[in-house]
Amino acid sequence: MSHDHSLNPETMPNEPEKATLEGKNKFLGFWFFLGGETVLFASLFGTYIALRNSTADGPTANELFGLELVFIMTMLLLTSSLTSVYAMYHMKSNDFKKMQLWLGITAILGFAFLALEIYEFTHYIVDYDFTFRSSAFGSAFYTLVGFHGGHVTFGLAWLIAIMVRNAKRGLNLYNAPKFYTFSLYWHFIDVIWVFIFTVVYLMGKVG
Amino acid sequence: MSTVASQKRGFGEVLWDYLTTVDHKKIAHLYLIGGGFFFLLGGLEAMAIRIQLIKPENDFVSAGFYNELLTMHGTTMIFLAAMPLIFALMNAVVPLQIGARDVAFPFLNALGVWLFILGGILLNLSWFLGGAPDAGWTAYTPLSVTSPGHGVDFYVLGLQITGAGTLMSGINFLVTIINMRAPGMTYMRMPLFSWTTFVTSTLILFAFPALTIGLFLLMFDRMFGSAFFDVGLGGNSIIWQHLFWIFGHPEVYILILPAFGIFSDVIATYSKKRLFGYTAMVFATILIAFLGFMVWAHHMFTVGLGPVANSIFAIATMAIAVPTGIKIFNWLATMWGGRIEINSAMLWALGFIPSFTIGGMTGVMVASVVADYQYHDTYFVVAHFHYVIVGGVVFGILAGLHYWWPKMFGRVLHEGMGKLTFWTFFIGFHLTFFIQHFLGLMGMPRRYWVFLEGQGLDTGNLISTIGAFFMAFGVIVMLVNVVYTAVKGEKAVADPWDGRTLEWTIASPPPHYNFKQTPLVRGLDPLWIEKTEGKGHVTPAEPLDDIHMPNSSILPFLMSVGLFIAGFGFIYQVDYNWAYILLFGGMAMTLVCMLIRSLKDDHGYHIPKVELEREAD
Amino acid sequence: MADNTNSNKADSFQKQKNKEEMQKQLITFALMILFTIIAFVIVATGVMDAMFVIPIIIVLALVQVGFQLYYFMHMKDKGHDMPAVMMYGGIWAAVLTLAGLGVISWW
Repeated sequence: MSHDHSLNPETMPNEPEKATLEGKNKFLGFWFFLGGETVLFASLFGTYIALRNSTADGPTANELFGLELVFIMTMLLLTSSLTSVYAMYHMKSNDFKKMQLWLGITAILGFAFLALEIYEFTHYIVDYDFTFRSSAFGSAFYTLVGFHGGHVTFGLAWLIAIMVRNAKRGLNLYNAPKFYTFSLYWHFIDVIWVFIFTVVYLMGKVG
Repeated sequence: MSTVASQKRGFGEVLWDYLTTVDHKKIAHLYLIGGGFFFLLGGLEAMAIRIQLIKPENDFVSAGFYNELLTMHGTTMIFLAAMPLIFALMNAVVPLQIGARDVAFPFLNALGVWLFILGGILLNLSWFLGGAPDAGWTAYTPLSVTSPGHGVDFYVLGLQITGAGTLMSGINFLVTIINMRAPGMTYMRMPLFSWTTFVTSTLILFAFPALTIGLFLLMFDRMFGSAFFDVGLGGNSIIWQHLFWIFGHPEVYILILPAFGIFSDVIATYSKKRLFGYTAMVFATILIAFLGFMVWAHHMFTVGLGPVANSIFAIATMAIAVPTGIKIFNWLATMWGGRIEINSAMLWALGFIPSFTIGGMTGVMVASVVADYQYHDTYFVVAHFHYVIVGGVVFGILAGLHYWWPKMFGRVLHEGMGKLTFWTFFIGFHLTFFIQHFLGLMGMPRRYWVFLEGQGLDTGNLISTIGAFFMAFGVIVMLVNVVYTAVKGEKAVADPWDGRTLEWTIASPPPHYNFKQTPLVRGLDPLWIEKTEGKGHVTPAEPLDDIHMPNSSILPFLMSVGLFIAGFGFIYQVDYNWAYILLFGGMAMTLVCMLIRSLKDDHGYHIPKVELEREAD
Repeated sequence: MADNTNSNKADSFQKQKNKEEMQKQLITFALMILFTIIAFVIVATGVMDAMFVIPIIIVLALVQVGFQLYYFMHMKDKGHDMPAVMMYGGIWAAVLTLAGLGVISWW
């Protein structure tokens, strides 16, 4: 069919993610989705801020949090943001192999982040007996940070799915928007994390 | 025998067609059927409420059942009737009005409608599974957290699923309107209904996430033992109220703005005049949406937020009356000097103006904090919001249905029955709700299942119930009209109303690809421009060529079924371990469908040019 | 498919532009890391009063997020008008939500 040909052009346009109408729609729709996600996380942050001192005689933020672990997690996630920028850079120059390489690094960093988050949660539960049910603060903390962790998990599953699916056939105008929207999603996860480490951990330490 | 067999297969085919459709016109039919069904259900609940209140200390229903009725009446009418009916009109009309062949995300569009239908069914199955939710449509904590049984659980899961569908549809319409307008269709040439759809969709995008989170918190508290609203562990019930109303107040503008758009189109068409103050109308819509986000706490005046917060929200609320007033005067000015044709659609528009103005006026009254301490939780508030929601939204939907019915189904609704519906419903509406202002001022509290004799409330309640029967009669006539029209109705031509906008340039009902050639738009009211210049048809913007169409898919339906099953899992995992099978099985089903959707290429198909030429004329 | 990109000379201008863009991204990243370290150091060393620390780390976070949005997510590039409108709409609703929940939940 003619459209198959048109999705695999001789030379990639400069913005392959926006070269087709479907691509343009996805690009815009995904940005709008992120606009909605902003309010979603704002609701969680607002709940957390309202309840952050409601510890019900359980452990407080200051007692729980250790900055070393959070700093390492932050560096992992910020770096993964840069690696996905590199992936998009290679998408624009139509270098599929390098794009896959950088996406792979992004995935590894994401998994490392997730592993540390799981370690962190078990640490709180086992060593401090601080759970989702301990206090309103506990509920708010696990819900906010857990929602972010859930987003990371979903993002990793998504990334692996599109990497495996397209490993053999390379880049074309049909899958370029998929890679691009993933990278937007991944940056957005980073944006949320910047506020989490500031509002939850750093402000928790300051009191 | 063979005819029976072929008819049966015909039904199966139609069913499969609708289960897999991604065509916005068929999705509009699904929204209309689903929304119409829930509208009747909510209406039955309302009738039961009114019969219970026909006389003092009545015992038509028990107190507990009354709580379920009033909760489900509110929830059903807002989420499962008004919103879907508006989506039905948006789906049917907006792509045609902007000259598009389809919406931006046909697949998501189908997913949205199935999430709505299955979420609505989940919520209503609670009636048969141990009792419906009974904590009011606002589900205030701690009542909703402590409410026994699974009623509120069904509320949480049902609305969560429906809400997800609504959010998708909102994004879909935003992208459709931004990216898919026909050549020449600039923003400031869009018909008002398309404009209000656009603004409403932004409100959906920013308001629904707050509800999503609120419902999650309530779900975690009820089902997983968290402590958001548990005061003993430091929780705070006001958080629910904030989240609910941060969603809930924009929600009323989500409902009313499309109705404003419908009236703008209807009034301009039947007055044979260009909409007066088009630009002012557009900016008034945007202004209402903007202000609508800053007023949620006016539902919480009596919570005790303090005089500063209350004053800020009161002033912001009153400010909304200004753009709304601009709109009212623009509609009046559109009719001024016009060649007005009064038919059933126009009657709804004419009835709307005074009814809604009364609702708006009482709105300013309840916005005044000091007075609100008196009005709060009385029938005055009930009267106020029914004046804006019935007098605004329902009138708008009915006007829109009468106006666009020919475009949606190819037949014109019967005029006489349409007028009968209007007059009985209109008189019944004012009979039911006008008197409730005074019942409220006399101190009758809302949500109580009985009132006492000798407090001066008897006559008012009797009148109100009589009015409700008038409204029910009007709705029945409308149903008869729909059936009559489907069987014997007059076939509609492409442009039955001497219309002004693009949807009237193509056949009724339109072919599945809408426009054979994308139209070229030369100004506001493109069809009217061509008519005044003596051409009568819109110039195409492109030569006849292959048309690209999306493929049908069963995946949206299966994804929604997965969430529906998972919903039961969430509700019953509290009592039974086997419910985890439903929970994980349902979620797995949805996620696998998502994966298939992501991995399987779907390029759609082309309608070849030759076929289009063969279909010509 | 991959081999014909090199033969495409017309694109060399674009390639140069992409390269420059990538350098900007690296500077952005360095600044983000720097801001993060500053925020952590201020809190870890406890050199300042909580009254000053909180506004400072919030401002640092906001600047960092601005970098993410405008550079990493390309909101500064053309064709991002509607995304910017909707992001700011979301941010506006988010600010209101935070104000409501943060300021008037307890009194």
